[in-house]
This record gives sequence, structure tokens and C-alpha cells, in this order.
Amino acid sequence: MSILVNKDTKVIVQGFTGKEGTFHAQQCMDYGTNIVGGVTPNKGGMTHLGKPVFNTVEEAVKATGANVSLIFVPPAFVADAVMEAADAGIDLAVIITEGAPVRDMMYAKMYATKKGMKTIGPNCPGVITAEECKIGIMPGFIFKKGNVGLISKSGTLTYEAANQVCNEGLGITTAVGIGGDPIIGLSYKELLQMFEDDPETEAIVMIGEIGGDLEIQAAKFIKENIKKPVVAFIAGQTAPKGKRMGHAGAIISGGSGTAAEKMAALEEAGVKVVKSPAEIGKAVREVLS
Amino acid sequence: MNIHEYQAKEIFRKYGVPTPRGGVAFSGPEARKVAEELGGDLWVVKAQIHAGGRGKAGGVKLARSLDEVEKFAEELIGTTLVTHQTGPEGKEVKKVYIEEGADIKSEYYLGMVLDRALEMPVMMASTEGGMEIEEVAAKTPEKIIKVAIDPTIGFQGFHARKLAFGLGLGKDEQKEFIKFASALYNVYMDNDAEMIEINPLIKTGDGKFLALDAKMGFDDNALYRHPDISDMRDLDEEEPTEIEAKKYGLSYIKLDGDVGCMVNGAGLAMATMDIIKHEGGEPANFLDVGGGANPDTVAKGFEIILSDPNVKSIFVNIFGGIVRCDRIANGILQATQKVEVNVPVVVRLDGTNAKEAAEILRNANIKNIIPAENLEDGAKKAVAAAKGEA
Ligand SMILES: Nc1ncnc2c1ncn2[C@@H]1O[C@H](COP(=O)(O)OP(=O)(O)OP(=O)(O)O)[C@@H](O)[C@H]1O
Ligand SMILES: [Mg+2]
Repeated sequence: MSILVNKDTKVIVQGFTGKEGTFHAQQCMDYGTNIVGGVTPNKGGMTHLGKPVFNTVEEAVKATGANVSLIFVPPAFVADAVMEAADAGIDLAVIITEGAPVRDMMYAKMYATKKGMKTIGPNCPGVITAEECKIGIMPGFIFKKGNVGLISKSGTLTYEAANQVCNEGLGITTAVGIGGDPIIGLSYKELLQMFEDDPETEAIVMIGEIGGDLEIQAAKFIKENIKKPVVAFIAGQTAPKGKRMGHAGAIISGGSGTAAEKMAALEEAGVKVVKSPAEIGKAVREVLS
Repeated sequence: MNIHEYQAKEIFRKYGVPTPRGGVAFSGPEARKVAEELGGDLWVVKAQIHAGGRGKAGGVKLARSLDEVEKFAEELIGTTLVTHQTGPEGKEVKKVYIEEGADIKSEYYLGMVLDRALEMPVMMASTEGGMEIEEVAAKTPEKIIKVAIDPTIGFQGFHARKLAFGLGLGKDEQKEFIKFASALYNVYMDNDAEMIEINPLIKTGDGKFLALDAKMGFDDNALYRHPDISDMRDLDEEEPTEIEAKKYGLSYIKLDGDVGCMVNGAGLAMATMDIIKHEGGEPANFLDVGGGANPDTVAKGFEIILSDPNVKSIFVNIFGGIVRCDRIANGILQATQKVEVNVPVVVRLDGTNAKEAAEILRNANIKNIIPAENLEDGAKKAVAAAKGEA
């Protein structure tokens, strides 16, 4: 078992024939991901990387039975692509695109929610179920199969954490990069619950960052709902206090989103919080023994 | 991206959000001319910097004659204002805004920002305008009235009424306030604003609402569709090295320590600063080289890090995913030929082809390059090198 995706997942790629889309779709296929086709408007009927290209997501879904879409569409058009996927009945959209306008993502997320489509990202490395299915841009080989679920805001820190876990002789069930944009799809809470419900996952690693209050909310959620051991690291403990202009952001989040605040909240919720990013792997070993 | 008060007020006027009349000036005589054109007998001279708290720091002055306008403008331009939002180094004032003095009857706070948890914009109002609003929020949150606005229905009468009743406004004032607030909503949505803050929003003696202050920030990702706003960017408000870094796709922030850092990815870059501190050192900077750690960006990274004379060692921490480590290792070697690197460089490359990369660095046998095994080892070596213990 795992969460969200596995070897039976049927994936289409939106922005399939572009440079990024082509490169990463190939890497995913090499990993073993079942990519069944792609969508690029006005290139329908072509074959690309040995897979059919469609003009619309609707046609692609009808022809292939795809249930997940991997999105590489440029920032100005990405919200449109997400909404098209939702409209076509896709279950999960993984949005890699960096630089999407916040207002666009706000509308796209609302529409996705209305249509019952889950989203991951934008501006994230994607999701991977170790040795089964990679839907994203992460280096697949560092994710060995195992019993640890991983949730992270940051891309390279996801790889660092996975690598440390695997170097301890452990492995990963599924790793999800949720992205750090103001509006994101699946967040800590939903994913923590999925890992809690996944019989194969025995421990969860949560990587956070300064800013916002998602980690604080996650801490509250863990306290009430999560029985499995959780290890956390918050990046940005030494980040300087940002120069600011107004106060509005701080008023709305009720705090300043510092690493110290988040670490304290997580510790209070029974999470094993490591101060050094080099101790993630060791901490996971400890909570599992 | 942030803009100045005078620019935000220009946008306000376009949308029918009332503000006092005013104009920007770069010198004393210019300020006098602006005041003359405005007329009246009371003006306010306001330092234009991208930070709040100017009033308390002496950056907002009430002038009762044209001579005073000129004098205050001259005094302010060229000084460095230190407010609680500028950081200790402060910000140099390069221009002032001259505005007609307003007849203040009451002061309020009105702001708009995205609520990340609700995933929609929120308008906030308070009767505690002009005061330390963050303190109000922390100690007496009930004094801040918030309405979340679902953008699919837009700003409705009920939103405005909730705010107006919360502010204790009478029937006639409500009408004025509702017009003001719905115009402000349009400013926020149309321009992809990230934050708008009016502190204080005032009611004048004749019952009108006026934005006395205006702070605005925008979503950088949406600037491409607002060329008029992009043009408002003031490079004087940004660090020159940070602007230079951006040109090469690098994101750099200077700090006070002596261990330079070059990392791929913002999260890992922050974590690298954290571990340097954890090992007893002080990071000299944040530097994210992004996904494209090629010889050119790495060379530029070295150049920027070394432009800071405090740097005593550099920690290159790259987790190679799609970009292979052997190519990064070659990039580092080429970069050290382009830029003279005269401090120890600790290199930790992990991920795809990490072994080959280590081999390349070892064989190159360059005196200043110290290979590291992993994150912890690298941080320890970089901190030791900065202390001259390498
Ligand atoms: N046009 C004006 N007429 C009269 N008084 C004014 C005017 N503009 C500003 N003031 C006074 O100066 C004070 C400070 O100005 P303003 O709020 O613009 O700057 P600030 O100190 O940077 O704001 P903040 O503390 O919210 O960051 C106001 O609270 C108000 O009392
Ligand atoms: Mg103010």
C-alpha cells in the first residue's frame, strides 16, 4: 500500500510536448510510471514518446481512462489547465509549474474542490510512491521502498530527507512535495490523515518552512488525530526577520510564522522535532525502534 | 513587489478610493512648488520609503508654511530613517510626498490580504487606527473585524455592512464607507495585490472617508500582466547585489556572518544556514542557485558571495537530482578558473552521480577545495575553515 498513486495509476501529461514536459515525462516513464498519453492543444493526433497526444483533457480521459494529470503548462495558462483537468473528471492534478499568479490558483483550487479533484502544488516536485510510480521531477533513485511517509514544502529538502531515511536502511512509502506557494492543493493535514490510514506507513516525516501557519495547524491536527510517530524539521530557524511594509499579513496569521513558534507547537503535539537538518534520518530510526 | 505611498494613492484615485491631494518631490524647491500648487495653509511632508512606522521615526512632518514645507523636505531627503520595519540599517529617503493636511475626526484601520487558510481575500477593519495594530490584533483580537470575501461572488453589501457596524458607523457614514470599501476591493482584485493597508483611514470633519496612508504590495508572479505597476518598481529600495543576482536566476540575501553558502533550492538553502549556525558558525548569506547549477551561475554565485569582505569560507551544498553531480563538479572547477576564489570552499555534492563528482574534485586536486561526505560533515568543515581551523 501507499497513498495517492501506485503502479496502477494512469497518468496523462498536460504540456506533454514542451521541453520540460517531454524531459520529465520520459524520466517518469523510465521509472515505471504508467503514462498513457498527453495533452497539447492543436497537436492532437500526434504520437509523442510513443504515446498519443490529445487536444483536450476530456478526449484524453475518454480514450485512455487516465485518472491523474501531471501539469507542466507555463504559469500564465496553468490555472486554465487545472480547471480543464477538473472539468474532465481527473481525480488528482499534480502541478509542477513555478510562478503561477496567486489569484489564478485561488480560482483554480475553488473549481477543483467543487469538482472533487485533488491537487498537489503548484511549484512543487510532485508525488512519488517508491519503486512504483513517480509523478513529478524528483530524482527517483533515492526513494527506496519502505515504511516512512514524507510530506515537504521544499523540493531539494525532500530529496535530502528521503536520502537520509534510506541511508539509515529504511525506506519511503510515498513522498509528497506540497509546494510553498500561498495557495496550495493537498496540505499537511490531509496527507497526515492519509498516511495515518495507510497500513504500510509506520512513521511520518514532515518538513516545514518559516512563513504562514500551516505547520501550526498541522501540529493541532497531529495532537488530536495522528497516532503514528511524526518527525519534523522546520527550515529557516536562522533566517533574518524579513523587512516588511505593512502589518496585514501578521494580523491575519495571528503570529509571525517563525521557525521557533512552529517547532514549539509541533513539540507540544508530541512530534519529534530535530534542530539540525542532518538529524532527520537518525530521528526516524529512533522513533521506529 | 512593494510600491511607495504616493504610487499606491495614484492607483487609489483611479478606482475612486478617496485620498488627500498631493504630489511627489525630489528636492526642497520642488516640494515648495508642489505645496504651492496644492494651495491651502497646512501640508504634510512624508518620507517615501518602503517601510511603515515612518511617523514615529520622524519621517512625517506637519508644515504650516511654504518655508516649512521646503525646510522639512530638505531635511528628510538624504537622511536614513530607521523604523521598526526597516531593520537596524534603515532606509535612505530619496523623495518626499507633499500632501494637503487633513481634518482628522476619527482614525481607523482598513486592510486587505489573502487568508491562506481560507484561500480567499480578507478585508479587515478596526477602530484602533493609527495605533500599534499588530499589538491590537494580539491582545484584543475582537477589536479587529474581518470579512472573508469569496471572489466568485465578489464584494457584497453584507460584507461592507458587517465592517461598518463593527466600526460603529452611523447610517449616513455607512453609505460613504461602503463606497470606499467596495472601491478598495476592486483595487485589490484588479491589480493582483498581495496586501493593501490603510492606516489610518480617517473620517473628516465633514463626514468623508479618506485614505491618509497607503501601503501596497503585489504578487510578483502576476506582474507580467500589469506593465503599469511593474514600471513603479523602485530599484533604490532593493539591495544592488540582490538585483544583480536576480539577473542570473540566483536568489541572494546578504547576512552578517562569515560562512558563505551556495545551495540549490530555497528550503535546502535555509536548512544549510540553520546547520551552519547549529555547528557554531554564522552564515554570511542565503543563496539559492535554483535548478540550473551550471558553470556560469556557479561562477556568478562565487563572485557575489566573495563581494562580501566578511566571507572566510564557502559551503557549496548541492543535492543533484535532475542536474547530475558530475556536471556540477565540473561547473565548480570551471568557475574557480573564472573567478579567483581565495577562501576555502567546502563542497558537498549528493544525489545523481555523487561518486563520480567526488572523484572529479579529488583528481583536480585544487588546494582551496575541500570535499565533504554529507550535510553535517560539510557544515562542520565550512565552520572550521571560517575559524581558520581547516
Ligand atoms: N495628510 C495628512 N494630514 C494630516 N495628518 C496626516 C496626514 N498624513 C499623515 N498624517 C498623520 O501622520 C501619521 C503617520 O503617517 P502614516 O500613517 O502615513 O505613516 P506611517 O507612520 O508609516 O504609518 P504606519 O505606522 O501605519 O506604518 C498618521 O497617523 C496621521 O496622524
Ligand atoms: Mg500609517
